[in-house]
Amino acid sequence: MPRFLITRVASGLGVLLLVCLFTYLIFFALSPDPAVQICGKNCTPEVIDQIRGNLGLDQPFWTQFFHFVVGIFAGRTYGEGAGAVECAAPCLGYSFQSSQAVWDMIIQRLPVSATIAVGAAVLWLLAGLAGGLLSAVKEGTFLDRFTTGLTLTSMSIPNYVLALVLQYVLVVKLQWLPFPQAVAFADDPGQWFANFVMPWIVLAVGYAAAYTRLTRANVLDVLRENYVRTAYAKGLAQPLVWRRHALRPALTPIVTIFGMDFAGLLGGALITETVFGINGVGKMAADSIARNDQPVIMGVTLLAGFLVVVGNIVVDVVYTAIDPRVRVNA
Amino acid sequence: MTLLQVRDLTVTFPTPRGPLDAVRSLDLDLEPGGALGIVGESGSGKSMTSLAIMGLQPRAAQRTGSVRLHDQELVGLSEAELRRVRGDRIAMVFQDPLSSLNPYYTVGLQIEEAYRAHRPGTTRRVARRVAVEALERVHIRDAARRVDHYPHQFSGGMRQRVMIAMALSTEPELLIADEPTTALDVTVQAQILDLLQEIRRETGTGLVLITHDLAVVSEVTDHIVVMKDGVCVERGPVEQIFTDPRHAYTQALLDAVPRIDDEIGELRAVTPGAAGDVGQRNEQNGGAA
Repeated sequence: MPRFLITRVASGLGVLLLVCLFTYLIFFALSPDPAVQICGKNCTPEVIDQIRGNLGLDQPFWTQFFHFVVGIFAGRTYGEGAGAVECAAPCLGYSFQSSQAVWDMIIQRLPVSATIAVGAAVLWLLAGLAGGLLSAVKEGTFLDRFTTGLTLTSMSIPNYVLALVLQYVLVVKLQWLPFPQAVAFADDPGQWFANFVMPWIVLAVGYAAAYTRLTRANVLDVLRENYVRTAYAKGLAQPLVWRRHALRPALTPIVTIFGMDFAGLLGGALITETVFGINGVGKMAADSIARNDQPVIMGVTLLAGFLVVVGNIVVDVVYTAIDPRVRVNA
Repeated sequence: MTLLQVRDLTVTFPTPRGPLDAVRSLDLDLEPGGALGIVGESGSGKSMTSLAIMGLQPRAAQRTGSVRLHDQELVGLSEAELRRVRGDRIAMVFQDPLSSLNPYYTVGLQIEEAYRAHRPGTTRRVARRVAVEALERVHIRDAARRVDHYPHQFSGGMRQRVMIAMALSTEPELLIADEPTTALDVTVQAQILDLLQEIRRETGTGLVLITHDLAVVSEVTDHIVVMKDGVCVERGPVEQIFTDPRHAYTQALLDAVPRIDDEIGELRAVTPGAAGDVGQRNEQNGGAA
C-alpha cells in the first residue's frame, strides 16, 4: 500500500474520531435525560437510576465517550448480571423509541438509500455531463442559452416542491407511476424502476443542473489552455483535440466533487426520502430528530461522516490514476 | 525561391468601438534555411502574426492578405487543408513550455501524436522511435527513458527542448518560435538559442523567431522586422538595424537593452503611451478601420 494511502486512512480515522466526539458532545449536552425518556409514564426514581446505571449515564463524560467508541469497534455490554444486554460490534447503542439496535436499523434501511443515491447519481452524471458538453460545444448559441436557463430554473426549484408536483402529475393525474415504495429489484425489476424513478429524478435535478454548469465552465476554461493551442498547431483535428486534450483535464475536477456528493448521499437523502415516505436512512434520521431519539441521530451522523471520509479517500486514489501530477514519487 | 512570402497580412478583430487591426498590411519574406526575427514589445502584434501565418488566429478575428508557403497560398484554405500544413510543414514552438504541454500525457505521447497526425498508418512503435530520436536530437539525455515522463518531471529548459523536439519530429520546412526563451533563465536561454541555430544548420529548416529581446534576434537571425502597434516600422539585415536604426522606435528599443556599463537610473518607457489600451492605439494610428 503506498504511503500516501496510509496517511489518508490515518487522517480519515482522526476525522471520524472528531466527528464522534462532537456528535457525542452534542448528545451529552443537549439531550433531555434519556433515562426519563426511556422510562416512560409509570416511572419511579429507582427505575430511572437503574436505567442510568445500565446505560452508563452516571459515569463521567470521558468514560461514557470511551465506552461509546470502544463499543463501535469491540462491542459492549449494557448493565450487569442477569439483565445485561450484549451489544455486538459495531455497537451504536439502542434506539430510545423502539429499543432496536441502531446498527441493525441502519443496515436494514441502507439498501433503499443506496438505491436512491446510485440511481440519482447515474442520472445526474449523464445529464450533467451531456448538458455541459453540449453547452460548451455550442457556446453562445440558442442551445447554450437555453441550457443555461434550464439549469438556473432547475437549481432554484426546491426538491420537495418538485417532488410534490411530480407526484401530483405523474401519480394522481396521469396515473403513470405508483406512489413510490421500496420494491426490491429482485422481486420485480419493472416495478422497482417505476417506484424509484421519481425519487431519482427529484434528487438528481439539482445536481444535474450544477454539474452542467460546472462541466460547461471547465471545458471552456480548458479550451483556452495553451496546450490546446499546441494541439491545434500540431495539426490535430478538432474532435481529437477535444477528446484527448480538453475532456480529460476538464472532467478531472468533477471526479472530486462527484465522489463527495455521492458519498454524502449514500447515507440517506433526507428530504427526498421524507417527501416520498420511503423508509431509508434519511427518513429514519428525520423521524429520529422529531422524536429526539439521540442514539439513532448519532448513528446516522457517524455513518454520513464515515461515508464522506471513505469517499474522499476513494477520490484521492482515483485522482492519482487520472492526474499524473498527483502521483507521488512516481 | 522564397520559403515564406507574406503580403499585406491583416488580422482584424471586431470590437464594440469598431474593427481593430492587430496586424496591418504586414509583408514578410524568408528564404529556405533563412532566419527572420520579428521584434516588438507586448501588444505589437508579433504573436498574432505567427498565429495568423498558420491560420490559428482566434475565431473572432478575420485574416486577409496572402501567406504563401513555397507556392501554396494558405489564406483561404479550408480547415482540413490548413490542418495538413500545421505541424507538418510549419511547426510552432510557444513561449511557456509548461502550459503549452498537456500535463496529463507523457511527452512521448505528445510527440507521437504530432508525428502520427501527418503520417496516417504509422504504428505506435515507429512513432515511439521517432519520439525518442526527436528527444535525442534536442540533446535530452536518456531519451529512451525520458520519453515516458510527464511534462512536470522536466525542468523549464528541458521542457522547451521537448517542445522543439515535438515541432521537429515531422521535419517541417518552417519553424515558428514565439518567444521561445522568454520563460527561461539566461544560461538556459543561451542553450536553447544554440540548439535552434544548430537545428537550422543541420536540417535547413527556415526559422521565424519572435521576441521582444533584441539580444536574442541578433544571435540567431539574419533579418529583422520591427513591429509596433501591428505595423512593420522597420526591416533589414541585423547589422544594419543595430548600427543604423532608421526609425525612432527601433532606436528606443535598442536603448532599452540594459547594459552592464550603464549608469543606474530610472526605468524608461520605450515610447510614452506605447502600452496604452488598444482603442487609444488605433486612434493614434488614424482609426485603423
